[in-house]
Amino acid sequence: MAIEVRIPTILRSYTGGAKVVEGSGDTLGDLLADLDSRHAGLRARLVTDAGALHRFVNVYVNDEDVRFLGALDAKLNDGDSVTILPAVAGGAFGFAAAAAIAQHSAATAALAGHRAAVAAR
Amino acid sequence: MARYDSLLDACGGTPLVGLPRLSPTVPDGAPPVRLWAKLEDRNPTGSIKDRAALFMVRAAEESGRLRPGDTILEPTSGNTGISLAMVAKLRGYRLVCVMPENVSTERVQLLRMYGAEIIFSPAAGGSNQAVATAKQIAAEHPDWVMLFQYGNEANARAHYETTGPELLHDLPTITHFVAGLGTTGTLMGTGRYLREKVDGIQVVAAEPRYGELVYGLRNIDEGYVPELYDATVLSRRFSVGTRDAVLRTRQLVEVEGIFAGFSTGAILHAALAVAHEAVRDGRRADVAFVVCDGGWKYLSTGAYGGTLADAEDALEGQLWA
Repeated sequence: MAIEVRIPTILRSYTGGAKVVEGSGDTLGDLLADLDSRHAGLRARLVTDAGALHRFVNVYVNDEDVRFLGALDAKLNDGDSVTILPAVAGGAFGFAAAAAIAQHSAATAALAGHRAAVAAR
Repeated sequence: MARYDSLLDACGGTPLVGLPRLSPTVPDGAPPVRLWAKLEDRNPTGSIKDRAALFMVRAAEESGRLRPGDTILEPTSGNTGISLAMVAKLRGYRLVCVMPENVSTERVQLLRMYGAEIIFSPAAGGSNQAVATAKQIAAEHPDWVMLFQYGNEANARAHYETTGPELLHDLPTITHFVAGLGTTGTLMGTGRYLREKVDGIQVVAAEPRYGELVYGLRNIDEGYVPELYDATVLSRRFSVGTRDAVLRTRQLVEVEGIFAGFSTGAILHAALAVAHEAVRDGRRADVAFVVCDGGWKYLSTGAYGGTLADAEDALEGQLWA
């Protein structure tokens, strides 16, 4: 028996479109190395050059976040189910909020400064 | 206390109720494992978001960012908008909500009833379209105030100052706190408070795992982690799929008579997981979890009846938590 790995839509270009692939390994790090031998480039999208999980990637072993199970050192067993997902806050809408505030905060800061100046007069 | 000067003063102070039927059975002589539900649907607009909305508005008033008659702009997929709409109405502000089309009709009706204006971002365009819409509105109206719940410390502070102390007061023997992970405000605030006061407290996150449509991003670098999020506050984090969330939501009303929304089902799923682990390990556990809101706003999804597969289909592509 192997470990079943669920691949998110955006990474299926590395798996020939497959939604679920199989792999093996004693740890998550081993599993990703094994997957990369058949799906070249996949590991680099999940693990940074420094050897940590990418900030915007969440990996779950049997529905539990691996960052709380030892991250790439998390132990795996045959029959485990691994799910890879992009980090999304409160649904895709978190992105909109994040992007909007980045632009908006500069504008509000300027306005607050203007108000303070007016009040001081 | 049962008398308040205004609706805003009636925020928080929600009941904590035991779940004797859903709590796991322990072997004779083993320490008890009990589940407790914090009924946040008993807040003024019916969700936990009233706490954050009230604290965020007060903080903005105190800092001078928000002046009488100002317009508040908030991107929200639901409950925060409804809470802000109520607070804005009572404190004299105009509220404009930007939200995706694929939220339930009840949420839209409630927002309009409370006096909010709504701008929809097309669901079909996915996250890229939502980003574009929000950016455009913010650029066109630089004088509108964004409270931005994902990065607003008053969101987490609301729970540090109210939810956390209420839980500890009502359940001094608490061993686990389980809540949903969206803006992360509930878990960060309550979690920090309980970690300071309770040795060995486990702070457990339940994160909704939506249908694939919701994750249809162009690439992983477009991901987003809320500014409020601090992983060191959490002990564990579970991803809960639509099917498990629906199953637990139904179980909660069938077995304990608590009619809740689907995010609560996801949280209950994680709470049951840690409760059953405690039974297996022979440890005492008092597991408190959050009932975020009632089920009323989600009835139109049809996901309370029929088979689980039907319910899963009905919620596919929806932001159900």
